[in-house]
Amino acid sequence: MAEAEKRHPVTIEINGTRRTFEVESRKLLVHLIRDDLGLTGTHIGCDTSQCGACTVEVDGLATKSCTVLAVMADGASITTIEGVSPAGSALDPVQTAFHEHHALQCGFCTPGMIMSARQLLRAHPDPGHDDIRHGIAGNICRCTGYQNIVRAIESLVAKG
Amino acid sequence: MNATVLHYIGKPLKRREDFKFLTGKGRYVDDIKLPGVLHMAIARSPHAHAIIRNVDLGAAKAAPGVRLALAGRDLEGKIGPIVPNWIMPGTKVPFRPVVAIDRVRFVGECVALVVAETLAQAYDAVGLIDVDYEVLPAVVDEEAAIAADAPQLHDNVPGNITTIYKVRGGDYAKAAVDADQVVKLRVVNNRLIPTCMETRSVVAHPDPDGTLTVYMPSQVPHMHRRWIAETVGIPEHLLRVVAPDIGGGFGAKMHLYPEELLCPHLARELGAPVKWWESRSESHQSTSHGRAHTENIEVAIKNDGTILGLKVETLGNVGAYLSNMASGGPTVNTVNFGTGNYRIANYEATSRVVVTNTVPVDAYRGYGRPEGAYIAERAIDVVARHLNLDQVEIRRKNFIQPADFPYRPYGGMAVIYDSGNYQGLLDKALAAFNYDARRNERETLRRNGIYRGIGVAAYTHMCGMAPSRRLASIGFDRGGWESARVAIDSSGRATVYSGSMSQGHGHVTSLSQIAADVLQIPIENIDVIQGDTRQVQAGHGTFNSRSMAVGGSSLHVCSQRIIAKAKKIAAGMLEVDERDVTYAAGQFSVPGTDIAPLTFGKVARMAYVGHKLPDGVAPGLDETEFYDPIGMSAPSGVHLAYVEVDPETGIVDIIDYVAVDDVGTLINPLLAAGQIHGGVVQGIAQALYEEVSYDPDNGQLLTGSLLDYAVPRAEHVPDITSLFQETPSPTNPIGVKGIGESGSIAAPPCMVHAVLDALSPFGIRHLDMPLTPPRIWAAVQNARNGAGQ
Ligand code: FES
Ligand code: FES
Repeated sequence: MAEAEKRHPVTIEINGTRRTFEVESRKLLVHLIRDDLGLTGTHIGCDTSQCGACTVEVDGLATKSCTVLAVMADGASITTIEGVSPAGSALDPVQTAFHEHHALQCGFCTPGMIMSARQLLRAHPDPGHDDIRHGIAGNICRCTGYQNIVRAIESLVAKG
Repeated sequence: MNATVLHYIGKPLKRREDFKFLTGKGRYVDDIKLPGVLHMAIARSPHAHAIIRNVDLGAAKAAPGVRLALAGRDLEGKIGPIVPNWIMPGTKVPFRPVVAIDRVRFVGECVALVVAETLAQAYDAVGLIDVDYEVLPAVVDEEAAIAADAPQLHDNVPGNITTIYKVRGGDYAKAAVDADQVVKLRVVNNRLIPTCMETRSVVAHPDPDGTLTVYMPSQVPHMHRRWIAETVGIPEHLLRVVAPDIGGGFGAKMHLYPEELLCPHLARELGAPVKWWESRSESHQSTSHGRAHTENIEVAIKNDGTILGLKVETLGNVGAYLSNMASGGPTVNTVNFGTGNYRIANYEATSRVVVTNTVPVDAYRGYGRPEGAYIAERAIDVVARHLNLDQVEIRRKNFIQPADFPYRPYGGMAVIYDSGNYQGLLDKALAAFNYDARRNERETLRRNGIYRGIGVAAYTHMCGMAPSRRLASIGFDRGGWESARVAIDSSGRATVYSGSMSQGHGHVTSLSQIAADVLQIPIENIDVIQGDTRQVQAGHGTFNSRSMAVGGSSLHVCSQRIIAKAKKIAAGMLEVDERDVTYAAGQFSVPGTDIAPLTFGKVARMAYVGHKLPDGVAPGLDETEFYDPIGMSAPSGVHLAYVEVDPETGIVDIIDYVAVDDVGTLINPLLAAGQIHGGVVQGIAQALYEEVSYDPDNGQLLTGSLLDYAVPRAEHVPDITSLFQETPSPTNPIGVKGIGESGSIAAPPCMVHAVLDALSPFGIRHLDMPLTPPRIWAAVQNARNGAGQ
């Protein structure tokens, strides 16, 4: 069997639940999330780690899940967009702000953008306009021109 | 009793569709997981131009998990060829097989395919396909392609020109003689990649009842049903096209691509679902590109800035084959609009549609109008610089006047601008921009060696190609109508079935606003269904900024038919004459009487119970409209930009951007501003950052991934002030005009003018997009070394 097809046990905590998988060496974390876990809110927008559509939280840190092999995530705790506001619970303030400020159009970049926005707000208690634009520079949005995304994040800063 | 009329049109309502996207429950094609699905992967040509000597599929067929491997020969006579949907009269249409048979003509063209049990196995097997090529000389540039000794792409396209289109009005030759001067300019409209964040994907699923369901991110689901039916040979009634949520379209998801034919064909052959998903790098070489023009322009002027005439010669590079609409873009869509917002009585334009060894070029946000506006705007700006006139005043002087509408540019028959007020737009933009103060600031700073520039651009677009019968003369093989169905259930809730197709536009919200206004029911009681040919009766989809003007109008008319019928039913129930019944805010009442009003819900219930229907009124409350507009609406706008250019680095800093757009009646100002933001940023991207590069010698695509193709990020673009002026369109019942493409039309000339204005102290009069730091820096260096342009 080719090295790429060898399988390895991987245990992760995904949105609060521990799961164990047998994964191919070459499988990316994003494919584990989308294909094995069926959590399709995490998207794939590129193949060169440019777009950020695949951003999830790995041990509390926003991470492009296409840049991580599934085997490397062994033991990690992962939050995807589906875990940000589990069914029945209230929306995260970032999700609410995106709605209020019309910060999404096609919605394809949105889950990744929300993950990056959460990261930015965790890392910077009081980001300025330029900090926000810089802070989400790892995520491409082709629809909104970014302006309303920036506004949505700013609204959360103003609220403190 | 007077019920208050409910108003939804014009309100900045937040989107009703947001929740699923915010929580990761959006459903795009790649999210559809079908049991037993097989995966298709494509072997693509690494050469821009080559003879295929042999395709060896042996190793691929033997690879693990592989169910099928095919080359072009295996499909010959079974499916295809791919034919364009828009064929301008006189066009020579190159033969395009679905998979290349004996020759490849661009890097990325399909040469073979594999279907395997997993995607990884399919990719592995594609790597084992061995193709023997004999490489031929390639040509990628439109000017080079029409040279006498250029490599020829197709036997039936001599000189690599598929189409020659001419348009004229007045007498340009005489204008050139009468002119004080003739100013000349050559401009390049750079080739772009539309870059929807969701790449294309197709899943074809044979259902047990014989139906084939094709899931695809289609801007035009009913058109795709027809094209797939005709090209694969499946009866249309056995095809169901489903477009779920779409991650952006921008014109790229409305053509007919090989993969959209291969998956349906192979799913039927294999009796199993077949899926294809496009990687981003694959997308750069398989999904259509945009723009890619070169224009030679002559302007005949008086020394006071009056423009007597304009002459344009366009070369539109359409890549290796004629894609879906490709013969229409550089021709009627571009050069019909070369005079822009100006009274230019004498006009003469020739457009040549040129094939090259590159990815096919087709519609991208504005299709032709960005190119046309760039011609008009660059021309007038160059004249202003040449004559040392103010760039605002020269526009004001030559603008079409409010009293001129409806206006036929250059006295031609093809184009009518339905309505507008360009002076109003300009004044509003200048005020919001603080033009006079900025101009003074620019002068002061210049004296201190700080180079700031102001850019102005005006545009007029035309949306919703129609009426249907007029599209025949240009060879556009579809109608200009849109359909809507409004079905009221027995509780009084409405379901709207629309042939328009949102790709992020927010139609669930905007169409509901239109229906709610007419139906006078709470917007929460309205559902919108799009993108499923089994549910939606018929349609043309979303492109050319047509959804509100055509799709929305269709819904408006259809909703009125519901009310007309409901009034009849109410009159029967109330035992009064139908003419005495008035309807507002969900209540049917008889003014001037003490008859208790009837709710919409009660009338809806009666429509289905049917006990008390007046004579001649059929049961049910369910109407369908096929709406064919009387003409096209013409949105317009004036944009202003303020930039600072660092001559030592060539870096452009965008300080301010003001957009004032006239899109007629605003349905939803919040969504409208969102469209402007997104469009302007795509236009800024064209002006400053993005360009598809090909190696001119071997035709290799150099911007093959998002690593090399510069899509802007949040820190590369400014905040945009978006304001509106509402001059209602007389062409439709709502008065609405299109909006989706306005930003990408106006922003490129606006940004270029701002940068050139900043660089004017160096004597730099023209630079081609994108105005990247190296390009600007080199121009400044040349100017400083005395090689002014
Ligand atoms: S998919 Fe684009 S960065 Fe991960
Ligand atoms: S909303 Fe479409 S890419 Fe961001």
